[in-house]
Amino acid sequence: MKQKAKTGEQLFQEHVNQLKRDRRNTRYWQLFIFISFFFLWEISSRLGWIDPLIFSSPTRVSKLLSENLLNGSLWFHLRITLLETIAGFLIGTISGIFLAFLLWYSKKFSDIIDPYLVIFNALPKVALGPIIIVALGTGYISIITLGAIICVIVTALVVYNGFRSVDPNYIKVLNIFGATKWEGFKTVIFPASLPTMISTFKVNVGLAWVGVIVGEFLVASNGLGYLIVYGFQVFNFTLVLYSLVLIAIFAALMYQTVAKLEKWLIKKL
Amino acid sequence: MSYLNIQQISHYYFNQNNYTNALKDVSLSIEKGKFTALLGPSGCGKTTLLSIIAGILKPSEGTVLLQQQEINKKITSIGYMLQQDYLFPWKTILQNTLTGPKIQGELTDKSIEKAKELLEEVGLGSVSDASPNSLSGGMRQRAALARTLMTNPSLLLLDEPFSALDFQTKLKLEDFVSALLKEYNKTSILVTHDIGEAVAMSDEIYVMKANPGQIHQHFEVPEEVRNLSPFEARRHEKYHELFDRIWEELNQLEAKSKNR
Repeated sequence: MKQKAKTGEQLFQEHVNQLKRDRRNTRYWQLFIFISFFFLWEISSRLGWIDPLIFSSPTRVSKLLSENLLNGSLWFHLRITLLETIAGFLIGTISGIFLAFLLWYSKKFSDIIDPYLVIFNALPKVALGPIIIVALGTGYISIITLGAIICVIVTALVVYNGFRSVDPNYIKVLNIFGATKWEGFKTVIFPASLPTMISTFKVNVGLAWVGVIVGEFLVASNGLGYLIVYGFQVFNFTLVLYSLVLIAIFAALMYQTVAKLEKWLIKKL
Repeated sequence: MSYLNIQQISHYYFNQNNYTNALKDVSLSIEKGKFTALLGPSGCGKTTLLSIIAGILKPSEGTVLLQQQEINKKITSIGYMLQQDYLFPWKTILQNTLTGPKIQGELTDKSIEKAKELLEEVGLGSVSDASPNSLSGGMRQRAALARTLMTNPSLLLLDEPFSALDFQTKLKLEDFVSALLKEYNKTSILVTHDIGEAVAMSDEIYVMKANPGQIHQHFEVPEEVRNLSPFEARRHEKYHELFDRIWEELNQLEAKSKNR
């Protein structure tokens, strides 16, 4: 007997189920890698395959983690680094966008400034660390500045390109109505470039972490970067790895937050 | 003196190592309430001429007078429709329609009311809060028309506004625009490379030639065709007569430019 043809509804259901299975499968693999990494790390540390003094072990790190969580030292250092990173990120991103606006607004300015931008963009910003510290002191300001300065030029260049790639006919529409350049920016250029700007946020989150951690390496007497350097100096690598784990977790969280923001904004547009 | 006077306009475009003469000595005058078509191959400077009339491009030489007044950027009695609708995708249809008043600082309850009426008239009353992305090409172009008419321009410049549409939508929209402009007694200039569209819609046709852009010849559309809607005009025998004459003319132009 001939089999009855499946309806579109049934086929769709099968398709959805297949997608679900694939997604679950991916998750299982991710979990598997996660567990085996920590398992291997623990085992090899215990059996002496790797030097436990240098590579520590998950149990030691988590023991330190729970201790510090209880005595408040975790939150103390984490809070400082987080605030510095967020401040560096915001200042760097906002001034980058402002610089992009200036470049867009005045062709003359962008022509003149162009070679300096190229040099400054190519320069590894962390090399400026000592100078910033000498100029601004050994406090948070220097660290935040380092976090900001590392994002600012790349933001300016990417966003400026975004501004320029907006279809000029949109501006033409406004010019017919007698719009000024600023009105054109407000009405068209800025909203049309929002997706570009948000995608620079994602890059900047990572960059701000680099700037802040390096800044803390250089001067700080607290914060996660300081803990890494301190742990290194007293040869307490459990402390180093503990800081690394915290940085990994919170950098990922910040990235996810920005990614969520991006999705939400794109949907709103 | 006519409503719009274009006097000996020449325009050059410059780049790094060369220049192009986009328009050379273009003069024409247009009477109030007339529908004029500028017809020609691509590269004949049609859009350049339109931008100059709109006052957003300063010609290298020559002047444009609208009601005896020299055109400048501040003149707002000119409306411009582009090849594509260029609606802002992040704004609703109503907000898009209100772009003009907003720029000119005249966003009042009255202008919002007027925008709603206009959208009603172009058949978009029910989608005024929708996003442009959810509308078809014809609907979007009608929204762009409402946006253009919102500032009540007395001179309307149409830069191939139907060229990006499918044929059926295009014919319908031609009829619609033509009737609407007649109703409001607007003076209009249509730029196109579509002979049929020019003959069906306009009162007068200027054929342009390229390199450099110049007015080549002037055609009057016969009275019988003028009084018909564009769709009906296309079936009139005099429509075909004029179509063939212009077709010949353009062919000769092309042949001449190849021989050179």
